[in-house]
Amino acid sequence: MAEPLVFHFDVDGSDFTSAGQASVQIKKSLRQLGLPSEIIRRVSIAMYEGEINMVIHANGGVADVIVTEDCVEIILKDQGPGIENVEQAMQEGFSTATSTIHSLGFGAGMGLPNMKRYSDTMEIDTVVGVGTTITMKIFLNQ
Amino acid sequence: MTVSGLLEHGFREVVLSDGDREIDGCYMGDLLSWVMGRAQADNAWITIMSNLNVVAVASLADTACVILTEGVELPDDVRAAAEMRDVNVLSTDLPSYDAAVLLSTLI
Ligand SMILES: Nc1ncnc2c1ncn2[C@@H]1O[C@H](COP(=O)(O)OP(=O)(O)OP(=O)(O)O)[C@@H](O)[C@H]1O
Ligand SMILES: [Mg+2]
Repeated sequence: MAEPLVFHFDVDGSDFTSAGQASVQIKKSLRQLGLPSEIIRRVSIAMYEGEINMVIHANGGVADVIVTEDCVEIILKDQGPGIENVEQAMQEGFSTATSTIHSLGFGAGMGLPNMKRYSDTMEIDTVVGVGTTITMKIFLNQ
Repeated sequence: MTVSGLLEHGFREVVLSDGDREIDGCYMGDLLSWVMGRAQADNAWITIMSNLNVVAVASLADTACVILTEGVELPDDVRAAAEMRDVNVLSTDLPSYDAAVLLSTLI
């Protein structure tokens, strides 16, 4: 593919029982492109964790996925409360999730660590009271 | 052992999308981010969770099947989502530990 492929999604923050539709759609699209299943799995999980975080912690946002010959880039942007202490948020087990969120199976404090684990690079750009942008890259030729 | 193969050993069919899928190992857990971080592709995933997010996680983490234990039932909307996303779901009345022990003798 010569031109990069760009996918854009609005992530609705109001319904977290059925969140994750953008990630499911991306999985489908990457399958159609014929990417290796291990790459698809890493992209899908990293994006899903970020998408769920936007829904449960930031009232939704937008997701962009850019696929080039050598990389899948995922950009998740929200205008939520921001993350006060990124280092703490990145630790396994840290969570501010409420009991409603726990009852859905989320709130273990493993999402951000999973995003880090499954991506090759991850940048968190966050300002308290303004919002959070997370950029992850998964390289295809490694 | 394939997913269909489990049906001959007391596991019940809930949604069978791809019965020929081979099961390679097992992960047991109800916290979704733990499952996404630790389960391997092609694992059977044993859980008591049965909401819509389970279908998304099973699909994205590429598990071979979900096994609902303790007699947990799948709500109709979740069943429909599993059918749509080609996710295999089985169930059993066994507690999770006993289901895992049985599974380990089969796979
Ligand atoms: N987009 C975001 N906006 C604001 N805060 C966030 C955002 N993403 C994560 N956080 C904060 O970082 C914490 C840790 O996030 P992480 O995804 O690791 O865990 P969690 O979402 O609480 O639980 P899990 O992901 O295991 O279901 C969250 O509890 C929340 O306080
Ligand atoms: Mg999370």
